[in-house]
Amino acid sequence: MSPTDTPPGATPDPTGARASSLLTAAGVSKSFGDVEVLRSVDVSVARGEVLAVIGASGSGKTTLLRCLNGLEVPDSGRVSIGHTSVDFATRPPARELRALRDRSAMVFQHYHLFPHRTVLENIVEGPVVVQRRPRAEVNAEALALLDRVGLADRAGAYPHELSGGQQQRVGILRALALRPDVLLFDEPTSALDPELVGDVLGLMRDLAAEGWTMVVVTHELQFAREVAHRVAFVDGGRVLEEGPPDQVLRHPQHDRTRQFVRRLLHPL
Amino acid sequence: MTGIDWDLVLGSLGPLLSGAIRGTIPLALVSFAAGMVLAVAVALMRLYGNRAVAAVAGLYVSVIRGTPLLVQLFVVFYGLPSLGLTIDPWPSAIIAFSLNVGGYAAEVVRAAILSVPKGQWEAAYMIGMSRPTSLRRVILPQASRVAVPPLSNTFISLVKDTSLASLILVTELFREAQQIAAFSQEFMVLYVEAALVYWVICLALAGGQGSLEKRLDRYVAH
Repeated sequence: MSPTDTPPGATPDPTGARASSLLTAAGVSKSFGDVEVLRSVDVSVARGEVLAVIGASGSGKTTLLRCLNGLEVPDSGRVSIGHTSVDFATRPPARELRALRDRSAMVFQHYHLFPHRTVLENIVEGPVVVQRRPRAEVNAEALALLDRVGLADRAGAYPHELSGGQQQRVGILRALALRPDVLLFDEPTSALDPELVGDVLGLMRDLAAEGWTMVVVTHELQFAREVAHRVAFVDGGRVLEEGPPDQVLRHPQHDRTRQFVRRLLHPL
Repeated sequence: MTGIDWDLVLGSLGPLLSGAIRGTIPLALVSFAAGMVLAVAVALMRLYGNRAVAAVAGLYVSVIRGTPLLVQLFVVFYGLPSLGLTIDPWPSAIIAFSLNVGGYAAEVVRAAILSVPKGQWEAAYMIGMSRPTSLRRVILPQASRVAVPPLSNTFISLVKDTSLASLILVTELFREAQQIAAFSQEFMVLYVEAALVYWVICLALAGGQGSLEKRLDRYVAH
């Protein structure tokens, strides 16, 4: 499966990103109590573009991602995906948040699969129950997806019977089955045993190559370098620096970025 | 000390079982079903209602848990007529028991809903569900697993508590026993026999609880 309206393998021109941006966040701010987690952040992602968001724990990168689909409601700012735009100047009604959420799908750090449903049921739940698509058609699609990641024989298993890497791949398939415009990844490999990371990153690389629009919050710098078209470094609730991976990861402009990258590459 | 009057034991078994089948069991089943509907509603009011709605639900739970069931039963059957509202024994018993179960089970349901990890809500929202759909499809099925053991206790208690309905003239297991005992003057025999019938019913329920828990646990790692 590939995203709608995007030729497979399409690579956007990074310099033209803003002109044709599919996802835009403008002036997004969010505080938890007295703590300002996001300070008027602007982000835009073009169709078919992969944006890697890096930054230390507590920098606000996960909150930023969650603001993009309304799981976290920003205090101010605007988020648009395609023609759906939500202004957070006042708290938007649940209906508007759902409209925004329908445009994207998220992959969680801790998978959050539905434990009471089988692998197949997890994948088809959204398309069948929410999008009201015919079950037979969605089932066939889901089985094809499972086959693609080598999990066709696990369709009837419950999530707890799978390894972490398998669960996260199901989490990704659950997101794909929703046919979203944008895929949001929240540290998708951080909870995995190191030997299971590769399968998940490999699948994500394939999706990027197919032309899916992706925002990936990650600590995997190698993934960011090889797969992302653009990298944003978040620090203190702001996007401190962004640009092509080579620039941000190899020749950062800011000391904070340089320190962060060095610490990740050389933890000792 | 005379021997046990086995003819009386066997002869009274029919009426006692009939009281169980026509009184105790349907009374418990109907009251529990109605009480559970009430409990879910009250739990949702407390969890997601505005301040006033949550306060009303909280007051209800407090009153039910803070007053004896027997008093609740008497208020409905003997009290309401003085307000011009006379209700027959059966409906009175069902109203009182339902309200009682609703109050206790509401707290169980509330705790069970809260026990479902926040990530499940987020995943449900992520796939586009509204809050009611998330509750129905994702949260309540998982909460039910947590709620079954304590709710089974509530149900088993209810089965035994229905004996109080004998005091408002409902013909059920214990009232049958009382009547035969009064007639035969064999109090010990009849009341022990009634106790045994209650015990057997509760044993069956405990067995049912076990297999239900097993079924609901099929998706959980052990």
